[in-house]
Amino acid sequence: MPQHGDTDPRSAVDKLIASDRVPANANTDQLTEADIWAILEDVKDPEVPAVSVVELGIVRAVHWDGKELSVDVTPTYSGCPATELIEELIEEALRAAGFRNVRINQVLTPAWTTDWITDEGKEKLRAFGIAPPQGSASKRSLLGDSEVITCPHCGSTETERVSEFGSTACKALYRCKDCLEPFDYFKCI
Amino acid sequence: MTQKEALTEYLLRLADSDMILGQRLCELCGKAPALEEEMALMNVALDLVGQARNWYEYAAELIDDGRDADKLAFRRDAHDYRNLLLTEQPNEDYAVTMGRQFFYDAWHYFTLKSLVNASDERVAAIAAKALKEVTYHLRRSSEWVKRLGDGTEESHRRMQDAVDILWRFTGELITPDKTDQLMAEAGIGPDPEQLKEDWRGLVKEVLEEATLTPQPDDAWMYLGGKRGEHTEHLGFILAEMQFLQRAYPDATTW
Repeated sequence: MPQHGDTDPRSAVDKLIASDRVPANANTDQLTEADIWAILEDVKDPEVPAVSVVELGIVRAVHWDGKELSVDVTPTYSGCPATELIEELIEEALRAAGFRNVRINQVLTPAWTTDWITDEGKEKLRAFGIAPPQGSASKRSLLGDSEVITCPHCGSTETERVSEFGSTACKALYRCKDCLEPFDYFKCI
Repeated sequence: MTQKEALTEYLLRLADSDMILGQRLCELCGKAPALEEEMALMNVALDLVGQARNWYEYAAELIDDGRDADKLAFRRDAHDYRNLLLTEQPNEDYAVTMGRQFFYDAWHYFTLKSLVNASDERVAAIAAKALKEVTYHLRRSSEWVKRLGDGTEESHRRMQDAVDILWRFTGELITPDKTDQLMAEAGIGPDPEQLKEDWRGLVKEVLEEATLTPQPDDAWMYLGGKRGEHTEHLGFILAEMQFLQRAYPDATTW
């Protein structure tokens, strides 16, 4: 039942939805590609919310000609289930900023490696409790994997691998022999 | 057979093999022998299904009859499936599961390593992505074969049994047919002789370290998966995997 004094004929649900809509006066004409990168800095990885999609190196390029905006995105792993969600989150963020003509392109080349994660991103991963990838992905060999993984909690290098795979495809499970805490290691790939 | 037809066929083989092995591994979800193993198996399966999708998408573009990746995976019947027979074999015990994985990973690794340099850019891009993942798979499955083979008396016996059971399906991995030849000539697929040498070399090395005895190279081999002639197991996998898509065709929300 509409209450007396409520002159807005729309239902509560409609009003709620309307509040999420892009303001009619949103003006994207003045925005530059740098502004767009700044917007994307706020889009976090759904599985590792400590880092943004930009810091992870998932966003490859942004093209903005004043009318159409296209964003090149690359998946981390072939089967990463977050890929589609990430694309949706990016599109959502850009639409919320007023862009109406947004296109997301998926690019496979050059393939994503952990080398694409920015230094800042790596530091944020560590602070979040995930050991960042160590060394260069290009130098990894098939059977040799002797790198020393540092515990993100206490900084000890006395760690051991519990499992080659962790909570997501991109991580392996480790344990610190000093502080005894288990932790995820963002695999170098 | 034109080059385009051969490429389409080849892509379906890659896609179907990844898809079926991924599906097989998923059967262990919730009942793997240890939690870490379960996570590992599901991650490997996820990689394979993701790679399958990449190959299906390319195949769907070449086929160009309105079918997309999902339709290729969920609306084709067993005789249209082109997966390697090895991938459809049941999980059995963990020795068979890991033995199957090792034989496949070794083939997959050398195949992708060659596809990375394919004259077809799209194939090269998908392969480059997949190769990094499969390197992990191979490292892991070869470690397991060694652990089980060179482990206890029981694990050795089971691992040797697994090698003996699976061996007859490995010939298909390294026996080229016309499609494989055409792909090699087009500079896309691996050179069949090289692939055979690499695969046999690595398998011999790992089995030796695992104190296991391979069967002879000229043992009798089942062939046929690549041309749609499958073992009885594939139909059961598809029945389960395709049920929802068959029962509710074109449903977009589950």
